[in-house]
Formats: sequence, structure tokens, C-alpha cells
Amino acid sequence: MPAAQSPHSGAPASGGAPVLGPPGQSPPGRDGPAEPVPGPGRTGPAPGKVVLEEAEIGRALTRVAHEIIERTRGAADVILLGIPTRGVPLARRLAERIGQVESRQVPCGSLDITMYRDDLRLRPARALGHTEVPREGIDGRIVVLVDDVLYSGRTVRAALDALNELGRPRAVQLAVLVDRGHRELPVRADYVGKNLPTSQQELVRVLLSEIDGEDAVCLGAAHGAAGRTQ
Amino acid sequence: MNRHLISSADLTRADAVRILDTADELARISDRPIKKLPTLRGRTVVNLFYEDSTRTRISFEAAAKRLSADVINFSAKGSSVAKGESLKDTALTLEAMGADAVVIRHSASGAPHRLAEWVRGSVLNAGDGSHEHPTQALLDAFTIRRRFGRDSGSAAAAESGGGLDGLRVTIVGDILHSRVARSNVWLLHTLGADVTLVAPPTLLPLAVGTWPCSVSYDLDAALPKSDVVMMLRVQRERMSAAYFPSVREYSRRYGLDAARVAQLPERAIVMHPGPMNRGVEIAAGVADSPRSTVVEQVANGVSVRMAVLYLLLGGAEERA
Repeated sequence: MPAAQSPHSGAPASGGAPVLGPPGQSPPGRDGPAEPVPGPGRTGPAPGKVVLEEAEIGRALTRVAHEIIERTRGAADVILLGIPTRGVPLARRLAERIGQVESRQVPCGSLDITMYRDDLRLRPARALGHTEVPREGIDGRIVVLVDDVLYSGRTVRAALDALNELGRPRAVQLAVLVDRGHRELPVRADYVGKNLPTSQQELVRVLLSEIDGEDAVCLGAAHGAAGRTQ
Repeated sequence: MNRHLISSADLTRADAVRILDTADELARISDRPIKKLPTLRGRTVVNLFYEDSTRTRISFEAAAKRLSADVINFSAKGSSVAKGESLKDTALTLEAMGADAVVIRHSASGAPHRLAEWVRGSVLNAGDGSHEHPTQALLDAFTIRRRFGRDSGSAAAAESGGGLDGLRVTIVGDILHSRVARSNVWLLHTLGADVTLVAPPTLLPLAVGTWPCSVSYDLDAALPKSDVVMMLRVQRERMSAAYFPSVREYSRRYGLDAARVAQLPERAIVMHPGPMNRGVEIAAGVADSPRSTVVEQVANGVSVRMAVLYLLLGGAEERA
């Protein structure tokens, strides 16, 4: 089974040392704790070329927010669910922007997909992220999943499974900040902040001020084995 | 930490906090209409119970099933054990059936340790003799964390790093025969709590001086300085000698009644691992009071055992 996890959110978002697994291995993957824990990849040299700067990220999110309003005819039934780690602040930012335009609160939460991944058996047990569904629930709503990078599509598949157990949305859509290509599953994003052609050897890192202290999308060479396990 | 959970003394603080944080997330799933996760699909968990148990066995079974594992229940009664099969032969049978985890309860201290040498899967100690019962200690720590608002995500957790630093826990009763007490002393100490044991001298183990806790014979002196009081069951089935003159005298000196509860600080909680002897170590009114966490402890047991099963079995097979 090929790896599901992309190195996209940067190098291993380090979930801390595996508790009961073999010692000394940091589980690569995106579902580490929300705080920036220095992991093997994170402590490396400069994260490579900056492809999106703070202002560009802001503009992309504003455009995506407007697209969501347009496509959902005013975003009346929309619930934004961010996929931890970096999908969560992105969902919050989108909700804020939609809320400004429509002058009302847009429900926003998080959806942890760790227990639904298809590559759990390939890595030591990961720390769980946080699932927080708005009180209204998702039944009959339009759920917009929000993630930082779309890569293999496996994260989204896992998210669809996780959603299934929470209720039955009227529709599910996908918004990502960066689409870097190389899909392994028939998955397509409805809203894309930026299409970023990459090679599979490259690493896309999304930095967000809520977690990393700054906003940027960087493209760099992969750090050895960190990243894909193919 | 290895792939087994045999003693809570083996857990580092980081291990313990990780289990409790994971349990916090898993506890939310119990509030959902669909309580099942696909995570351990295709894995087999064997409950190997040589001793009677209701809540621990059911709790492990519920935990494994919520994670979609296949569960095989084995109790010594009505099995080949009654025909004289040894633990090792039973272990080899389970091994041949492809058990990924064996949850064992045994009357002999050290049985899980031996079992871990014979099987390839993970061994989870669900109570061995008067030695350890690590998942009980974890669920007790989990319950304390929640009651004092230190669970993951809370402001206090950010300050204390998810531990129980500064909390004063008093464990009262039959320490000598209690695997719950031993596991709790180690785990609560690891998590930063100050543990005091209170018992008649006859019900304290000889080696208690080497445990990371203080010891007292006077319950009334300890209560005003306790944030948590954990009452232990008087284990009549393990008592081969006269450890105290009479049940009534024990109850008068070491039982928790309403008058004693009144001496506790305002926020203090009362715990009991169950099954309770109402009227002996704990008065019925105290067991049913809002301070009591007895029912919560049972509910939390499932979340904590899910966390342990997930962390032991959910990841990669051990790499050589």
C-alpha cells in the first residue's frame, strides 16, 4: 500500500515520540499537536523557495471565500471543517471572511482523520488531533472541508469516511490552499488557492501565523526519507 | 516503553500524558451516535481472564470493539485450563490463532510478564495478583485530570503539561493486596501528584518504604490535606490471616463516612475502583454523593483502554 501522507504540510509535523511504539522515531505526518514541535524536518535549513507570501495567501483566501459564497448561493447552510493541523486555522480564516461579506457567523470546526487513515499500519501510532463539530451538526448542511495542501487525495478520502460517521451532509466540498498535483485517488478540489506544479521529490510547506508565527508557502527539496515512504 | 503494558512503573511521563490525551479525544466519540472507529479492523484482541472480573473484561471488550478489532473472550472456567493446561500452552494456542494483543488477568503476580516472553503480540496487564493493574491507574489519573480541569485543551493543562502536579492523593485501605494501589502510586507519582497511603500497619507491604509516596496510619489527619481520596476494597478473598480485629473496627477507623467527607477540602473528590463493599470501606451515602466518581471511572475506563489499544496496536508493527 503506498503511503497516504504527503510531505506537504512540511516536514513531519512531528507527533512527538511514539508512546508505545519503537523509540526514537518521530511519526511523519500532519497530525501532530497544534504547537510547532521541532521535528527532524523542521529543524533543517531554510525551508526553500517561498512561492506564496503573506499578502498572496490573504488574497487567495479572500477569493476562495467569495467563490464559496457564490457556489453555495450565500453560504447559508455552509459549515467549514478544517483538517488538523493547518486546515483548522485556514477554515477559521475562511469563516471570518465569509462572515464579513454575509454579515453573520459562519459555523466552523475541525475534523481529525487520524483513525481513518489507510497508512496507520505503516508508521508508529500517531497522536490524535481534535474533532470539533459545530453544535448545529452536519446533517443536511453543505460541509466544506478545508486543508492546506492537496496531494495524493488520501487525506480527503479518510475525511469523507470520518464525516460519514458524524452525519449525512447535503453536499461535501473541498477547499485547499495549495493543489500540488500527483493524485492517487479520484479526488478534486472545488476551491483552490493556488495550483502549484511540483515534482514528487519536492516538499511543500505551508506556514501559518497561528501555528508557525508567519504566513508563507515554501517549496524545497525533500529531506531524505522524511515525507513519502515510497 | 515497549509494545506491552505490564506495569505503570514502565510508563514515562510523556507516555502517560500521551495516553491520557488520546483518551480525551476518544472520549468524545462516546458522545456520538456512531461510536465505532475503523482503526483496528482485522486485528484480534484476546481477553484471557483467569480470575473473575466484570468491569475490566467488559471494558476491554467494549474498547476493542469500538476500534473494530475482533474480540475473543477466554475465561479459565469451562476451558482447557480446567483440564490442567498450563499458561504457556494456552499462550502458544493463542499465538497460533494469531492474536495481536492479549489482555490478561491472572491471580499470579508476574503472569503477564511471563506471557510477554511467549507471544509475539502485545500483552496488556488487566491485573496480576497483588502486583499491578496499570489501566485502572490510567483511568483513575484520567478521571482526576477531568475533575480538576486538567484534560487536554484546558488552560490548566497548558500550564501543567497535562500532569497532576501539586494534587494531593490519599489512597486508603488494603494496600497490601491491592494492585490498584501499587499501579496508582507509580503512575500518579510519575504525573507529579503527591501520594499518601493510609492503612493499618498490617495492610501495608513490607517494601512500602521504597515506594515514591508517604505513609500514614491516621485517616482523620490525612483527609483535610487531600484533593483526592481513593478508597480501596477490603479484599476478603485474598486475606488468609487476620489483618484487623473485626470489619466493624476497620470500618470505624478507615471507612469513609459522611462525617469524614465533611473534613475534606471543598473541591475534593472520592474515588473507588469497584466493586464496593458499601458500609465497610465506604458509606453508601458517600458512594452516591456528587463528590464520588465511581460511575465516571467506569465510563472513563473504556476511553482509556481504547487509547492504550490504539497506541499499542494502531501503528506499525515493531521494526527490528
